[in-house]
Amino acid sequence: MTISIDPQKTNNESLQPKGWLRYFSFSLDHKVIGIQYLVCGFLFYLIGGTLASAIRIELASPMSDFMPRDVYNQVLTLHGTIMIFLWIVPVVNGAFGNYLIPFYVGARDMAFPRLNAVAFWLIPPSGLMLVASYFIDGAAQAGWTAYPPLSITTPQSGQIIWILSVLLLGGSSIFGGINFIATIIKLRRPGLKLMQLPMYCWAMLGTSLLVVLSTPVLAGTLILLSFDIIANTGFFNPVLGGNVVVYQHLFWFYSHPAVYIMVLPAFGLVSEILPVHARKPLFGYTTMVFSIMGIVVLGLVVWAHHMFTSGTPPWMRLFFTIATAFIAVPTGIKFFNWVATLWGGKISINSAMLFSCGFIINFVFGGITGVALAQVPFDIHVHDTYFVVAHFHYIVYGGTVFIIFSSIYHWFPKVTGKMLNEKLGILHFIITFIGFNLCFAPQHWLGLNGMPRRVAEYDPQFQFVNQISSLGALLMAISTIPFLINVFLSVRDGKDAGDNPWNALTPEWLTSSPPPVENWEGEAPLVEEPYGYGKEISEQK
Amino acid sequence: MTTLDSSKEIQKNNSELKETHEDFRMFGLITFLIADGMTFAGFFAAYLTYKAVNPLPDGAIYELELPIPTLNTILLLVSSATFHKAGKALLKDKNSDSQRWLFFTAFLGIIFLICQLFEYFHLPFGLTDNLFASTFYALTGFHGLHVTLGTLMILIIAWQSRTNGGRITSKNMFPLEAVELYWHFVDGIWVILFIILYLL
Repeated sequence: MTISIDPQKTNNESLQPKGWLRYFSFSLDHKVIGIQYLVCGFLFYLIGGTLASAIRIELASPMSDFMPRDVYNQVLTLHGTIMIFLWIVPVVNGAFGNYLIPFYVGARDMAFPRLNAVAFWLIPPSGLMLVASYFIDGAAQAGWTAYPPLSITTPQSGQIIWILSVLLLGGSSIFGGINFIATIIKLRRPGLKLMQLPMYCWAMLGTSLLVVLSTPVLAGTLILLSFDIIANTGFFNPVLGGNVVVYQHLFWFYSHPAVYIMVLPAFGLVSEILPVHARKPLFGYTTMVFSIMGIVVLGLVVWAHHMFTSGTPPWMRLFFTIATAFIAVPTGIKFFNWVATLWGGKISINSAMLFSCGFIINFVFGGITGVALAQVPFDIHVHDTYFVVAHFHYIVYGGTVFIIFSSIYHWFPKVTGKMLNEKLGILHFIITFIGFNLCFAPQHWLGLNGMPRRVAEYDPQFQFVNQISSLGALLMAISTIPFLINVFLSVRDGKDAGDNPWNALTPEWLTSSPPPVENWEGEAPLVEEPYGYGKEISEQK
Repeated sequence: MTTLDSSKEIQKNNSELKETHEDFRMFGLITFLIADGMTFAGFFAAYLTYKAVNPLPDGAIYELELPIPTLNTILLLVSSATFHKAGKALLKDKNSDSQRWLFFTAFLGIIFLICQLFEYFHLPFGLTDNLFASTFYALTGFHGLHVTLGTLMILIIAWQSRTNGGRITSKNMFPLEAVELYWHFVDGIWVILFIILYLL
C-alpha cells in the first residue's frame, strides 16, 4: 500500500504562522521542530547551569552556609534531572536529529510529523512542572537516580512531580525514537543505500533503538515507585518486604543506555564535523558503523557496573566488569578513526573544529576513568565519591556539550544563513575548555581522597581544591556570555554565509541556507559519497 | 532565495513535489509495541526476581484460583480470532459482517474486564497486603488498562466501519489492522502473564 503526499495538505503551510511566530506554533516542519528543541533545551541549560553555579558556591566553603542542606539536595536533584532530561537528551537527539536526519535520508520531513510535534510539545510543560515543584512544596531531594528508600522517605509532593515529569519526558523520547527509526529505515530516498548514509544517521538509529528498548523499563519502574509513595505498596520498601536492589537493576537498565543515548549522537555529529573542517574523508566508515551497533548491543548488558556496592554477587560483578571493559573496544575504534580523519588533513582552526578537538581530548580522558571505574576493586574504593562526578561530567559535558556547541557553530550558517563571529567563538572555546578542566579535573583527586558526592558539607582539608573547582565553574558560567552575545549579534547582522560556507558534501548543504520548507526545490539529491573530500572536483560530480 | 516564508514559491512547485511513498505507519506501530512490550518485560523481570529472592512472610496468602483466569485466557484467544474474522470480512467488502464481528470482539473484551474485576473483589488479599499482592495487582492492572484502551478502540473502529458514512472500508484498512495488531499484542502479553503469574 502506498500513500500519496500532497505537501499543501500535509504541511498546511498557509495555516501556519509566518516568521518567528512559527516557533511558538504546533508546526509540523522538522526544521522548525529542531530549532524548538534546541532553543527550549538551551533555556533549560541556563536554568541547570544556574543551579550548578549554586552548587559550586555552596561547595566553596566546607560548611553549608550558602543554602540549607535540604535545599542543597533539591538543587542537585533539579540540576541533574534538568541537564539530562531537558538539555542533553532533547538537544543532541531531538534538535539535531530533527533538523538533519530528513536531509540525510533525502526526505522532505520526518516519517510522522504530527507525532514529532507532539514529542516536542511534551517537553516545555513537563520541564516547567519540574522547576515549579521547587516553589510548591520543595522539589525532589533524592538525586536524579531517585533511589528508594530515600525517594520514599523524602517529602512526597516534589518526588511525585519529579516522577510525572520524567514519565512525560520519557514518553517524548520514545515518540522521537520511533520517528527516527521509521525515518531512517523507511523514508530513505530511492537509490540511497544504508551504507551510504552519513554517520549521524547510524548514530541516531543506534540511539533510537536504545531509547525504544530501555526507556519503557524506566517508565514502568517509576510507576511502581509512585505506587510505593502514594499507595503505600512495598515494591522497593524493605520495611514492607520489598527489595531496593530490584529498583536499582530496573533503573540502571534504562540509565546506563541513557549514557549512550546522550553520547552516541555526539559521536555521530563529530563524525560529520571533522571531515568537513579537515577536508578528508571520514576514516573507517564501516568500522564506525559496526562500532556504533556494537556499543548499542553491549550498552544494554553493562548496567550493573553502577551497583558493585549494592551487594552484587561475585558472578555478576565478573560478568559486568568484563562486558564494560569490552565497550572500550568499539569506543577506542571510533576514537582512533577520528584521529586518523584529522591525520594529514587540511585542518582549519575554527570554533567548530576547536570544540570537536576539545571533545576528543575530554572524551578520551572520561573514557579512561570509565574503564578504571568498571574494575570492581577500584570502583568499591571510589563509589559515590567525586571521582564518579568528575568521570561523568567529562563524558556528558566535556563530551556531549562540547559537541553541541561545535554543532551550533557548524550548522548555524545552515539554519540562519549568517555566519557566527569566529573571534567570539574562539574566545568561547578557550574559556569553556579552561573552565571545564579547572572545574572537573581536581574532582578526580577529591574523589580518590574520599570526598563523597551529593553532600553539602565536607572535610575542611578539601577546601582549597574545591575552591579551584568552583573557580573553574565560574569560568564556565562566564563562557556562556560570549556565546550568547555572538548568537544575538550574528542573527541580527552576521556576515552572509551563502549556501555552503564550508564547502561540505553532506546533503543538507546542497540546498539554500536557510532551506526551503520542502528542503529541496525539486528532487532530493542522491549523495553516494557524503565524505568524498580530497578528490578532483570532476570526480565528485 | 527560497526561505521558509516564500510560500508562493512552494505553491508553484507543488505539482512537482507530489510524491508517493510506502505506508510505514504499521512499522511505527510495531516499534511502539516493542517499546510497550519492554515495559511489561520490566514488570515480569521484577516479579520473577521478587519470587526468587524475597520470601513472603509466614501466613501470606498467594494461592490463586484458576477458573476465572483460565476463562479469561479463552475469552481473549477467541476475541483475537473474531477480530481476525472482522478483518477478513472487511477485505471482502462485507462491512456489516465486519462490524458485527468487531462488536462481538469488544463484547468479549468487556466480559474479560468484568471477570477481572470479579476476581479482584473476591481475592483474599488487597493491594498493600504483601509484595506478591502488590505485584499481582500492578501486573494485571497494567494489562487491564491495555484491554480497556483496546476495547474502546475496537468500539471506535466498529462505529467507523458502519456501511453508510464510515471511514473504514476495504480501501482504508489501516485503522482496523492497527487495532488488530494491538489486540493480538495485548492477547500475547496476557498469555505470558497467565503462565508466569498463575501457573508458575
